[in-house]
Amino acid sequence: MSESVTGAASPAEQNRPETGWRSRLRAFYHGSEALQGYTLLSPTLLVMLFSMCAPFALMVLMSFWTQIGYEFDTAATLKNYDKVFSEPVYTKLLVRSLLISASCTFATVIISYPMAYYVAFHVHRRKMIWIILMTLPFWTSYLLRIFTWKVILGFNGVINSGLIGMGLIDKPLEFLLYNPTAVVITLTHAWAAFAILPIYVSLEKIDRSLLEAATDLGDGPMARFLRVTLPLSLPGVIAATVLIFVPTVGDYVTPALVGGPDGVMLANLIQAHFGIINNWPGGSALAIVMMGIVGLIAMTYIWLTRFAVRNIE
Amino acid sequence: MKNVSYIDRPNRPLFVYAVLFLAFLYVPVLFLPLFSFNDSQYIAFPIENWTLRWYRDMANNEPMLAALMNSIRVGAVASILSTFLGIFGAKAVTRYRIPGQEPIIAVIMAPLVIPGIILGVALLILINRAGITLSLYTVTLGHILVCVPFAMATLMTRFEGFDKSMEEASADLGENAWWTFWRVTLPMVFPGVLASLLLCFTISFDEFILAFFLGGTDPTLPLYMWGQLRFPQRLPNVLAMGACILLISFFVVFFSQWLVRRDPDSPKSAG
Repeated sequence: MSESVTGAASPAEQNRPETGWRSRLRAFYHGSEALQGYTLLSPTLLVMLFSMCAPFALMVLMSFWTQIGYEFDTAATLKNYDKVFSEPVYTKLLVRSLLISASCTFATVIISYPMAYYVAFHVHRRKMIWIILMTLPFWTSYLLRIFTWKVILGFNGVINSGLIGMGLIDKPLEFLLYNPTAVVITLTHAWAAFAILPIYVSLEKIDRSLLEAATDLGDGPMARFLRVTLPLSLPGVIAATVLIFVPTVGDYVTPALVGGPDGVMLANLIQAHFGIINNWPGGSALAIVMMGIVGLIAMTYIWLTRFAVRNIE
Repeated sequence: MKNVSYIDRPNRPLFVYAVLFLAFLYVPVLFLPLFSFNDSQYIAFPIENWTLRWYRDMANNEPMLAALMNSIRVGAVASILSTFLGIFGAKAVTRYRIPGQEPIIAVIMAPLVIPGIILGVALLILINRAGITLSLYTVTLGHILVCVPFAMATLMTRFEGFDKSMEEASADLGENAWWTFWRVTLPMVFPGVLASLLLCFTISFDEFILAFFLGGTDPTLPLYMWGQLRFPQRLPNVLAMGACILLISFFVVFFSQWLVRRDPDSPKSAG
């Protein structure tokens, strides 16, 4: 534990005679706010740095190896990467993952925006309850939230048995479950609560006098929204987009439960490489390629939107 | 009164939308508890007979209770350690001017935006190469990694919310740093600490992807459920278990969010 911000030494320390380099070191330490801050921060930062950097470094290293039975040939080779880019099935799954994830991100942001807008601008009493209600489902079991859609969309599920019970259809609709649309619906439901927070925060920050100024200067509600509110809330929208796009590309539980053969995503293949296919180096290469492409897309997106916003302003 | 202007007047269509949105969030999840009272093994409307037997079965389900205990143990250790790391980190970044603060926060928050599967396989490779056997300990390690960002975020709100002159006053009055922390800082941030513990516990308790890759022979509750999903005849048991999990995590998270947001002297509190 380090000294407090003021750097005031306690009486005990002031009375203790100290000379030489130790006292100078002590004085330097207490004089330097940054040093004290780093000391306090170091356990957290070191744990996080180590437990992220070490695994990723090893994964990069392993992606150049070859799997032989349960052992690895550690001679460096590029053939894992060669395979990722030359096999059409990998490219197909990658493109599908990106499309599913992009649709889900788009849907999530579109449906979350009006909700965040409502709470930011039109709720004045019990705002806290609304915020908690909007975000609560995000914290509850991920597996169960996905599984519930299997129950709803399934062959004997809620929708089918409900429609049959009402006499609207004779036999269950089979197109509900096990396709990419089911994956998009499920992911949208699972992530909507997460998208709301950044959008809400950016809307809440908008200075209300700007809106009044726009109204006074003759803007109608629509023009005011498009020219003031929307541009000012874009940082929140961008944050929400990235926060949803990146993790959903790598989701494998949703496709495994509701995706069926046409809804398989790249992450399912990565998982299989560490499971039944038993080719860890191949899986590492796939994971790295996926992360690289997703990172590139996310950065291009952030850069493009910033560029666009600057040009509008 | 500052928010009330003619721009903020009630908007009925948006209100209807908000209610529909909440329905979209909550109604699908409610089907799990609903069908857990269904006497039939098949999920179908209309529900003919109601029963509590799936809940009675749970009490005698030894493997499930073992998995529950595993999850509680992992969750307790992961939440305490992540909150501990979160306190250090949050105090450092809110109380000291540190060069490179933004990239440091970005590093700590990084697990939020890394797909779970990537974290999972990368940690699996490390643990495998280090020759460590997969067990509940390795699951706990993975959970700490995903919990620390949430602990940091929760605690930073709390540290920013109280006046740092309180700590300075304590130091001026002759308390050393350790006692200042125990007698001034900790009591003030305590709601944040409690919220962080609860939130991290819930995250760990519900976490599936990392547990899937890093788990050994002892399953956590989500892993056990995943195993049960393969057997259609076990479905009602999963539903009853799921209903209990949902109910408990709703209350725990509601309480923790309320702790974070309720305080009037916190700048983030909305009102």
